[in-house]
Amino acid sequence: MMQEGLDDGPDFLSEEDRGPRAVNVDLQTDATLQVDISDALSERDKVKFTVHTKSTLPNFKQNEFSVVRQHEEFIWLHDSFVENEEYAGYIIPPAPPRPDFDASREKLQKLGEGEGSMTKEEFTKMKQELEAEYLAIFKKTVAMHEVFLCRVAAHPVLRKDMNFHVFLEYNQDLSVRGKNKREKMEDFFKNVVKSADGVLVAGVKDVDDFFEHEKTFLLEYHNRVKDASSKSDRMIRSHKSAADDINRIASTLYTLGTQDSTDVCKFFLKVSELFEKTRKIEARVAADEDLKLADLLKYYLRESQAAKDLLYRRGRALVDYENANKALDKARAKNKDVLQAETSQQVCCQKFEKISESAKQELIDFKTRRVAAFRKNLVELAELELKHAKVIFYYTWLSISDSIKSVSQPAVIGSPIGWSTIGPVSSGFGRCRPSF
Amino acid sequence: MAAEMEPPPLGDAGQTDFREIEDGEGFFVSTVTILESPEPSSPDPPSMPAEGISTNGPKQEDISLDDDPEDLFAEATEEVSLDSPEREPILSDGPSPAITPVTPTAMLTPRMGLGTAEMFERSLDEVSSWVKLTSMTIFSKNETTVRRRFSDFLGLHSKLASRYLHIGYIVPPAPEKSIVGMTKVKVGKEDLSSAEFVEKRRSALERYLMRTVKHPILLKDPDVMMFLESSELPRAVSTQALSGAGILRMVNKAADAVNKMTIKMNESDAWFEEKHQQFENLDLQLRKLHASVECLVCHRKELSVNTASFAKSAAMLGNSEDHTALSRALSQLAEVEEKIDQLHQDQAYADFYLFSELLGDYVRLITAVKGVFDHRMKTWSKWQDTQLLLQKKREAESKLQFANKPDKLQQAQDEIKELEGKVQQGEKDFELISKTIRKEVSRFEKERVKDFKVVIIKYLESLVQTQQQLIKYWEAFLPEAKAIA
Repeated sequence: MMQEGLDDGPDFLSEEDRGPRAVNVDLQTDATLQVDISDALSERDKVKFTVHTKSTLPNFKQNEFSVVRQHEEFIWLHDSFVENEEYAGYIIPPAPPRPDFDASREKLQKLGEGEGSMTKEEFTKMKQELEAEYLAIFKKTVAMHEVFLCRVAAHPVLRKDMNFHVFLEYNQDLSVRGKNKREKMEDFFKNVVKSADGVLVAGVKDVDDFFEHEKTFLLEYHNRVKDASSKSDRMIRSHKSAADDINRIASTLYTLGTQDSTDVCKFFLKVSELFEKTRKIEARVAADEDLKLADLLKYYLRESQAAKDLLYRRGRALVDYENANKALDKARAKNKDVLQAETSQQVCCQKFEKISESAKQELIDFKTRRVAAFRKNLVELAELELKHAKVIFYYTWLSISDSIKSVSQPAVIGSPIGWSTIGPVSSGFGRCRPSF
Repeated sequence: MAAEMEPPPLGDAGQTDFREIEDGEGFFVSTVTILESPEPSSPDPPSMPAEGISTNGPKQEDISLDDDPEDLFAEATEEVSLDSPEREPILSDGPSPAITPVTPTAMLTPRMGLGTAEMFERSLDEVSSWVKLTSMTIFSKNETTVRRRFSDFLGLHSKLASRYLHIGYIVPPAPEKSIVGMTKVKVGKEDLSSAEFVEKRRSALERYLMRTVKHPILLKDPDVMMFLESSELPRAVSTQALSGAGILRMVNKAADAVNKMTIKMNESDAWFEEKHQQFENLDLQLRKLHASVECLVCHRKELSVNTASFAKSAAMLGNSEDHTALSRALSQLAEVEEKIDQLHQDQAYADFYLFSELLGDYVRLITAVKGVFDHRMKTWSKWQDTQLLLQKKREAESKLQFANKPDKLQQAQDEIKELEGKVQQGEKDFELISKTIRKEVSRFEKERVKDFKVVIIKYLESLVQTQQQLIKYWEAFLPEAKAIA
């Protein structure tokens, strides 16, 4: 039930754009546990998500229920997974990014301050634009949070997690406060230590080809996705600015067109109308690119980081295992504390093997998910770009043929299929383009 | 500044090429030579104005008109860096970007039934610049090629302005000087911006000339004819920015602005009032539009750059992706984006050369129109002042009659007669200028309508073209994306 691009409203609400299906295709909508965010409310500086669950599992008291959660509670859930040793061998679904309306709010404020300096139409138009933008950001953040939950629900092990069930069911506030300053500092230091360790661990060559390959692959891939993500953001921002400019041009042309009712003014009005339509579509192009390309890249940036984390944990376990082996050998040689060394070695061995086993499957799944998600999004991106280009083409061409009827000079325009403008009117505008 | 060189082996027609360095600012000394022909004989065109245009530099020699463009360039062998036996493209020695000349076949057909068409091309190398005009005129020959410097254009404009503006004709304004742009070119900075600058200037000069010759009165002006036909012009020194004449102009402009504020005109003609207001509004809106379009050009260029960098990034990503089909698709995406970035760049050029420049021209034109209205005010004011003076003199005369001073009385009566004549003249002038302005404004409006329609349609075409290409590219990419297994 996709909205046609020919409608007038800047509409980002099409069914397609909803998060989980957009980014992660392989999530089987399993009847035993279905999670989604059915509603969201944006207040002063927080967003309240209504998490809706449908489940046939016996663990839950009801088959269908909803709770209200905030961003911090999602983070709490994510962190509880990360800190859980049992889940060391899994790719922990990346936490959703914090809802960030600051930029949008700032723009709305600036608009309010500059209200006096523009005409009423302009003001209303810009306000509509900004509101649409706000709405788009809002929808995105809902989608990101939903994806997180769906990934957890789809994971065979994580879906059984106790904290997850509490998160879904407990209809009171979880009293999860955000981290205070001290905890944030601790986190910061932990991260520093972790990355240093990570470098150390990564340096250890793995016996297993599969993991060695994955390690190098992921490292490179992650960096390149990061680069691609930031470049795509910049590109989309330029696109939005260009669409905004066209908006202003349309307004000014409209004013010119209403100054009097001569022929040229009617012409201006027509062109203004065209630009108005075009820029709405251009804005949609930018929005679609944002959803299908930029968001995809951002998501896989986070996922590849989670995969890297998994490899790190495995690498850590490997190093521990090897150290335990060495310690055992030493103990045996000295014949001192052998039993202790043995148990310690066994624990390390088990841990390592457990992680290795599940990690392999996780990484294979990651690849499958990634390929499928890219395929889906690239196909949709191409289809949308095509659709929009066709619509703009159609409108512009219509406008040209309308305008030709009112132009006195003959044979000004060739057919839209051809390009050359021949005839009496060519006067050298842009005819000689510099060729570098 | 110029070293004399032996004349090159002349061709059959005894032609000499005359090349000169563009140093409109007089700051840069260049090393390009000036060729002179041995016999001095210069039949100056009879209507050479005596206004402060002096001939500096080497004496201007007679140069017979060159009929055949081919020959002109066959002569170009001695020139320091303008060697090119072929006519196009005209390339310099160095790697400087050359503007592809327009072929002579792309003639413009007549407008306004005048049978005048012009074609323009310009070639620039690091140190010299000249402008080649090929004009097909009805005056004397079918096709003439002449070279003109930028300052020649400015000189032409200043002559026309001083002659016609104050009687109400709307003289098209010449493109502005740009010290920064020209300096870059001279310094030999070989980058996109200097080539862009040359192209911008070239097309601006072309539009200026077209507008000037489309004006029926201005076309018949002997200076314009000379400009188009004669192979050389006396150097228009007074157009230099920091010359004495330039400073005088600035002072005059300031004085005018002050005067405008003090003149309060009793507008008897509602038409003028209305038109004046209309032009004020138009001015405001066009300026706003111009600013927005310039923004658009800027952002599109930015978009092009960002798309290119994204394309590279996507290619890298495709490289590191280990799933073959996806990797291929990502590389294809990178290619598509690269093509799109070129598309954006082209569109930005179209935005600029079609739309933005047109708007800029019209903003300047409207300033000229407003200037013409101001001149009318000045003429009215002069007339009124003369009338007042006449009044005073009459009063003085009647006083003198009582005082019985016969010689002074006679003098006063003579003065009164003179003033009466002047008042009559002033009234006639005022009416003439009003009439002229009416005609001019209606012509201007017609031209404006045509211009805008034509250009905007062209611009829309460029948009259509861009979308077509986009459709092509994405259509080609879609199967690739679908092929990811």
